[in-house]
Amino acid sequence: MAAFAQEQLDALVNGMYREGFLDEQFQQIRALDEGGSPDFLVELLGLFCADTDRMLNEAALLLNQPIVDYKKVDAYFHQLKGSSASVGAHSFKLTCMLVRDSCDKNDKESCLEALNLAKQRFYELSKRLNIMIQVINDLHHFLILLF
Amino acid sequence: MAVATETQFHVLAVDDSIIDRKLIERLLRISSFQVTAVESGSKALELLGLREDLKSPPSAPPYQNEIDVNLVITDYSMPGMTGYDLLRKIKESSALKDIPVVIMSSENVPSRINRCLEEGAEEFLLKPVKQSDMNKLMPRILKGKSKENQLENNINNGFCTVTCENTITDNMKSSTNSTNISGNKRKAMDEGFSPERRKARLSSSNWQCCDI
Repeated sequence: MAAFAQEQLDALVNGMYREGFLDEQFQQIRALDEGGSPDFLVELLGLFCADTDRMLNEAALLLNQPIVDYKKVDAYFHQLKGSSASVGAHSFKLTCMLVRDSCDKNDKESCLEALNLAKQRFYELSKRLNIMIQVINDLHHFLILLF
Repeated sequence: MAVATETQFHVLAVDDSIIDRKLIERLLRISSFQVTAVESGSKALELLGLREDLKSPPSAPPYQNEIDVNLVITDYSMPGMTGYDLLRKIKESSALKDIPVVIMSSENVPSRINRCLEEGAEEFLLKPVKQSDMNKLMPRILKGKSKENQLENNINNGFCTVTCENTITDNMKSSTNSTNISGNKRKAMDEGFSPERRKARLSSSNWQCCDI
């Protein structure tokens, strides 16, 4: 059972590397999990998903104002670019950079487009990350049961 | 007081991103360092005991949650007080200027890097920070700390007293320079140890010349 969960996890992670969702920074943070205890990785990914979701929503609110505060929107995506880089969320990070480019031009239209792309990319990413968290937790529970 | 014991190495990490705080905390804890992580420069200064408000007299007692740190590692881009501002405030403080400061940034801007190094930063790390960055950085920082400890031990045990401040500075200069990694701008180390150490409780008038 545990072997199956491990295979599942490896397949998921490898797929995410191949599809560009993740880059080598993810390997770095994965390595920070102590053998057997998945707390750090699971906590970090959970935090990342929650924090990103919140900031994307707040950015959307800002962009839907009659007068847009591009500086504030840019600040959110500066943060998001940073945190996605830190966890290895490669393709999502790229969409954050696109939003920032549009903010630089004070172009509402392209900002909204870029925001939608970022939201879409995040949706795809978090779906996979949530599965990953589930599999890691399952694996952890199996290992506890075994020993 | 007997021999000064080496307490656990304590790092103060400063970053407005919770993700990056968690990451740096983990990287340091994994190597058995004690870490306190805060979200802003002003919070960091508060913990270090630097008063920002001019109304309180210098003789006022320190904040209750004041801590001793051996290293400050801070993000550069933060709202309000930047990592550079924090670096400056630490280096301008007689009590804190010997604490090494490392700056982290996601942006590779040479002028920014130079500015920080010139202001006295130990090192400038590009984000995202990796285990290998810590593995290269910490031994260097620790070497600096162990030399200080050795000196404190010697002084506290009465083995070494110095009358001439310049003599001890010169001795330390030559010994520390030989361990410096080339190409590394370590302004704080190059100036030698200041007698007014935050952790050491010695007055320079007690020192007499000797060979270390």
